[in-house]
Amino acid sequence: MLLQTSALSRHFAGLVAVDRVDLAIPQGGIHAVIGPNGAGKTTLFNLISGLATPTAGQISFAGQDITLLPADRRAQAGMARTFQNIRVFATMSVLDNALTGLHARLSASLPAIIARLPGFRRAERDAIARAQAALALVGLQDRAYTQAGALAYGDQRRLEIARAMAGGPRLLLLDEPAAGMNPAERAALATLIRAIAAQGTTVLLVEHDMPFVMGLSDSVTVLNFGRRIFAGPPGAARQDPGVIEAYIGHKAAVRLAGQAP
Amino acid sequence: MAWFDDLLFTYQNLAVALGVNGLLALSMYVVLAVGQLSLGQAAFMGLGAYSSALMSLQLGWPFWAVLPLSCVVPVLFALAVGGPTLRLNGVYLAIATIGLGEVLRGVYLNVDVLGGAMGLSGIPEAAPLWLIYAMLALAVLVLWQVGKSGIGRAMEAMRLDETAALSMGVNIRRYRLATLCASAVLAGLAGALSAHSTDFIGPNDFGFEPAVTILSFALLGGIGSPFAPVLGAWLLTLLPEVLRPLADVRLVMNGAVIVVAVLFLPRGLLAWRMPRHVRPGRAA
Repeated sequence: MLLQTSALSRHFAGLVAVDRVDLAIPQGGIHAVIGPNGAGKTTLFNLISGLATPTAGQISFAGQDITLLPADRRAQAGMARTFQNIRVFATMSVLDNALTGLHARLSASLPAIIARLPGFRRAERDAIARAQAALALVGLQDRAYTQAGALAYGDQRRLEIARAMAGGPRLLLLDEPAAGMNPAERAALATLIRAIAAQGTTVLLVEHDMPFVMGLSDSVTVLNFGRRIFAGPPGAARQDPGVIEAYIGHKAAVRLAGQAP
Repeated sequence: MAWFDDLLFTYQNLAVALGVNGLLALSMYVVLAVGQLSLGQAAFMGLGAYSSALMSLQLGWPFWAVLPLSCVVPVLFALAVGGPTLRLNGVYLAIATIGLGEVLRGVYLNVDVLGGAMGLSGIPEAAPLWLIYAMLALAVLVLWQVGKSGIGRAMEAMRLDETAALSMGVNIRRYRLATLCASAVLAGLAGALSAHSTDFIGPNDFGFEPAVTILSFALLGGIGSPFAPVLGAWLLTLLPEVLRPLADVRLVMNGAVIVVAVLFLPRGLLAWRMPRHVRPGRAA
């Protein structure tokens, strides 16, 4: 397993946002965590990426226990993420945004930086090439010198993905990547996510849009009120009475079950 | 030729002040560049000034040995203060660092060997003017080179969005502590150079007022490049001299200039940002 959580919990005062969640994400493929609004998806993501600390439970990544590892060290270990509300560095150029994603890979010494030694120059050239490749992946290669804040909404979302991909992560975490997108943009995003997975990066995404996830994912984990209520292939999730109930409510689920032939 | 000596003396002081204030503005710039608001620059300057003065007066050490050591002392304080206070954000760090300045002022006032309220005088005027400007030029060069590198990118990223920078692998705590130490080095250098060109230092030279003045250098100039805060420092150092004929309303004018600059030039007088990459095909 590339990423595994066991009995992971996060309490906010009286509220249990994430309740003893077991998650097992194998190496490779596209995996989704879905659930109605307020199910604890984003909190789970923050626990995985290190922006929140768990109240109980464990997280392991690539065979290493990372429960207590700070977020920056998790990024260095090969985990990258995007945010539900766009968080590009608005006044920096598109290229600089992508280069920030390579931060963990750059390690020039201060004297080398100040004197512009060949080692530093080579590393910087190499980083720019990688950043450009990440921009090309999402189709922003022609906007490299634009200020990130001047990009259209959909382009800013794609820039976040490029920034996360620049460092060549093993695991890419996408927090509601399709939020606010129209059907055409969603289709393009699905193609992009498939391309990323085809390159060998494991993708874990959080969504509450079921149709978007169903056609895309290899496996689905469903959360409701912080609990895991289903884990398995997307086709089975659609048939699962618990999942149906979580999405459309108990009464409607019973009515639907009665109508079934 | 008494008038000429007079003139030279006046401008000598001004020339020293321009150089020293330039260094102080850079010391402020380094902290603001990572989005931290510290008001400890005057305190760090005081540590550099007092420690260098003591090394010269009490131990009789040569200036070339005193100068580097007087940068080490404020760094030790920055490390001691930085550990617990760098968890603080925004105005809380500012308050904590004002506290450092006030505590140190109390120490200078009450410890006999530090001269008390009378301060320390008779400090050898061992800092040549060229050295002050050489240090300023060196500081600008280093900050320029670092600012254009991946370190500068990470600093800007964390100023714009700390959470996103953290998720990109930027070690926020380490960057905060490192920039506070760099800031302490620059302020300590400014303190030692100024103490060794003006012969006298007193506890009130490093209190709250100079702390705010140093902040206003960077506010006026901007933080788009290392040149901007130096420009701000030079203008605010020259302004009182230029406005001298205005006598009593001089400080009012001085304040008005800062207010107008903050209102109408929120990114500082020199909003130009140092370019990190030039579009290929354009003249580089």
